[in-house]
Amino acid sequence: MITRCPAADNAPDQIHTHRLVGVLKLELRGITKRFGSLIANDHIDLVVEPGQVHCLLGENGAGKSTLMNVLYGLYDPTEGEILIDGKPVVFKDPGQAMAAGIGMVHQHFMLIPVFTVAENVALGNEATKAAGLLNLESTRRKIRQISEQYGFDVDPDAVVEDLPVGVQQRVEIIKALVRDAEVLILDEPTAVLTPQETDELLDIIRQLKRDGKSIVFISHKLREVKDISDTITVIRRGKVVGQAEPTASPTELASAMVGRAVSLTLDKAPAKTGEVTFKVRHLTVIDHNSQHVVDDLSFDIAKGEVLAIAGVQGNGQTELTEAILGVQPHASGSITLDGEELLGRSVKHVLGAGVGFVPEDRTLDGLVGTFSISENMILDLYDKAPFARGVGMKPGVIADNAAKKVEEFDVRTPSVSAAVGTLSGGNQQKVVLARELSRPLRLFIASQPTRGLDVGSIEFVHKRVIAERDHGTPVMIVSTELDEVMQLADRIAVLYRGRLVGIVPATTSRDVLGLMMAGVPANEAEASVAAHSDSRPTPAAVPDAAGREGETHV
Amino acid sequence: MSEKTTPEPAAQARKHATDPAGPPKAAQSPSGADAADAVLDTAESDVVLDAAGGQIPPSAVPAATQRRNLDGGASVLRQIFAGNAMVSVLSVLLAIVLGGILMAVTNPKVAATAGYFFALPGDLLTEVFRPYTALVQGSIFNWAGADLAAQLYPITETLTVATPLICAGLGVALAFRAGLFNIGAQGQIIFGALFGAYAGFAWHLPVGLHLVVVILAGLVGGAIWGGVVGLLKARTGAHEVIVTIMLNYIANFLLLFLLTTPAFQRRGSTNPISPFLDSSALFPGLLGPQFRLHAGFIVAILATAFVWWLLNRSTIGFEFRAVGANPSAARTAGINVSRSTIVVMAIAGALAGLAGIAQVSGTEKYLSGGVAASIGFDAITVALLGRSTPWGTFFAGLLFGAFRAGGVAMQAQTQTPIDIVLVIQSLIVLFIAAPPLVRAIFGLNPRKKKSTRGSTAASTAGGVKSGAAA
Repeated sequence: MITRCPAADNAPDQIHTHRLVGVLKLELRGITKRFGSLIANDHIDLVVEPGQVHCLLGENGAGKSTLMNVLYGLYDPTEGEILIDGKPVVFKDPGQAMAAGIGMVHQHFMLIPVFTVAENVALGNEATKAAGLLNLESTRRKIRQISEQYGFDVDPDAVVEDLPVGVQQRVEIIKALVRDAEVLILDEPTAVLTPQETDELLDIIRQLKRDGKSIVFISHKLREVKDISDTITVIRRGKVVGQAEPTASPTELASAMVGRAVSLTLDKAPAKTGEVTFKVRHLTVIDHNSQHVVDDLSFDIAKGEVLAIAGVQGNGQTELTEAILGVQPHASGSITLDGEELLGRSVKHVLGAGVGFVPEDRTLDGLVGTFSISENMILDLYDKAPFARGVGMKPGVIADNAAKKVEEFDVRTPSVSAAVGTLSGGNQQKVVLARELSRPLRLFIASQPTRGLDVGSIEFVHKRVIAERDHGTPVMIVSTELDEVMQLADRIAVLYRGRLVGIVPATTSRDVLGLMMAGVPANEAEASVAAHSDSRPTPAAVPDAAGREGETHV
Repeated sequence: MSEKTTPEPAAQARKHATDPAGPPKAAQSPSGADAADAVLDTAESDVVLDAAGGQIPPSAVPAATQRRNLDGGASVLRQIFAGNAMVSVLSVLLAIVLGGILMAVTNPKVAATAGYFFALPGDLLTEVFRPYTALVQGSIFNWAGADLAAQLYPITETLTVATPLICAGLGVALAFRAGLFNIGAQGQIIFGALFGAYAGFAWHLPVGLHLVVVILAGLVGGAIWGGVVGLLKARTGAHEVIVTIMLNYIANFLLLFLLTTPAFQRRGSTNPISPFLDSSALFPGLLGPQFRLHAGFIVAILATAFVWWLLNRSTIGFEFRAVGANPSAARTAGINVSRSTIVVMAIAGALAGLAGIAQVSGTEKYLSGGVAASIGFDAITVALLGRSTPWGTFFAGLLFGAFRAGGVAMQAQTQTPIDIVLVIQSLIVLFIAAPPLVRAIFGLNPRKKKSTRGSTAASTAGGVKSGAAA
């Protein structure tokens, strides 16, 4: 099982580079960081060899980001030292870390949205002409040069807020490279990216590596970690629990990360399908640019089955769920649940009809961060018995309900009156699930149910979804993660540019699904994949957009 | 996984061979080389190329980011309005100290007594503290009073002045909890006063009923003026700050105009003032004729309790708070955000209207152009100081009432200009708006970790060090 690319070993002579060997070896020795009584990092040792991709694998809150903030000069280590090429160094601030050749791309970008790329790159390091005038031309030239060298395709004069997230991330990388970074720290770089952007980023990392740069790649996503890394260090609760080779199996890595045996495969019985109760007919959503973002969509979901909506992000999934929920004003067609028309009704009516909904962005649409767990647990039931009588609410009942749900869904929190915003992503999602699954449902919709969650929480969420299916509820899952789609679904509907490419059984291969996600009809995709496996063993004709998923299939 | 190893170097080589400067999308798709390979493949690849290209990822993600950015702007306001109580208390303390220094520096008597400070230090201290002594004497308890009534008079004045401040402050605070910045309390007070006063002098109703009708009229007047803002915001997206500021002007000039019309102007008067309200339309005095304190203060207490219940114990308030904290999640949970916006602005307007009633039915007893004075704007500060909680606003209103009532006595007794009270009020706002400054002054800043702006922190630290060295 060799997933890493051998090009790194033989490519440098073919490829134009400006530096052939890395010059910087980074070592962390016994780094300990305490916040009060909390030990975020406990005697961590780490060696990053030049020209290597070193992955830090760990669950949310394991201390990965703290460690990197220590390295980047944002935190003072309580104990321990940092060595560069064997010499101890102390970074008082990020400026000194940058000067020593360390660059960091934060999970949340540090860019000024209204500035151009060149202005953002120059910021803090502005070149000046005579009389102290800003010399952006030299920055532009550097950006073009780097952009060309690594195939970044970044226009120095584009305004950052107009750029897609993936390109913004490249701007962050350029910022580090312009400052001659030899070690690049990428903190959860794929959390905000679509699968395609992730693939592009991994390509960029491979090129940087070929160029002798070292990369510290922080992630909890096993697939990409296995795909890109040379060395893996697993961190759990602030301690290094082991080193792993990229050849380790995902289950081994996940178990090391979580600290107990986890199952990455979902045990689910075959669906016991009942009658069809949820019907979507000729659903069309037109956006403000008169584009058909959802285009004449028709499908059914039966009781006790999971229909997964697959597709690359931005192909109409958001608008589809919005239309069902009733927050999409420009929808036409028909959506019926048990024969009742839902399209055009208010959100309250739709939820009241027995629709449970887990939104794709839980912090934006699913939870009120400053509200307590108790309040979030009744966010859509606040005016219903037993939580309210008339306009008066019943705090006691509400708190009891929360205590029960916290127990049942294993939400880790000191108190039900804690603000939901203080919980980790996994626990937040559990709150959303607990709320949505707490009433009798006639349809359950979950959009990106495990985005940003760690392995343990993913396992939990998946089990709950299947439990709801087995309870006889029609379930619709919207996910851009092909893994998740294939694990949960009984049938898979693939969307492309708002149109339904086809509905296929869950047993369909990744390659076929990949092609369908790019708009190729199911039968053609089948034929094409079959032809390839006959004539050529390599899927070279299936490029990155859809093919990467297939290639990395474990 | 042997299949993976083969295409990768090939693709890379192709990328650099064919189009080194090209964008990655072009580079990733097989360009010329593949087309030569197989016609069928290229046809499919083109579709895929499209998928990887501009069309897909950009749309959804930046939009969400932008929404968050907008949220960021509001969150600064939210931090200021919902900061912790200690910052409020410390801000008041700091403002009082600074105000004291200001008075001491500008007072010639202080300078005179400072000349013989070492001989008679008591004189200087007496002079320095005299204005504040007068302030306390004028706002809480006058120990020099002839009888108990005279001694207690100051505190009743404070409560009287505080009444409209509390009501209007509640209006601002409630709107803010629903995420709306209600600058329009001034206009809403005027409308409340306008409606209430008209009902008070034009209609002649039995005792008891009349006052109730006047109060209802005031509530309706304020609710209309506030509700218009909510309606415009909900239906057209007009920003409530701009709308309320403009409506303040309209209300003010409408009042001035109406007071020159026969319907409102006092008969036989050339001044723009209304007739006196019927005695049945007035708030009864609470303590007797020698005090100005009226039953409006009881209404203010009831209003505070009502707003507390509304926010913390009612479904309507739950909607308000959810909409204020995260409108997007509120909408997804089935809350009608537009309706909430309209209803909360109407209730906020009604509360401010109640302040107008406290003026016309309580203290002034007729309607004039200056009926709202600067209550509508002070109300913003009161809500700010009260951190937008009902009881916080109540006590902040009392404090401001004390400043106002005591300021008059201070000016009379010590010739310290009453404007110093304005300075203190402004300093309070200034400090509340800068919690880190207050915490730094009192040494309360957490020193546990450096912020992400590490460089700033470091340079500040450097500055301190070099300062110490010098």
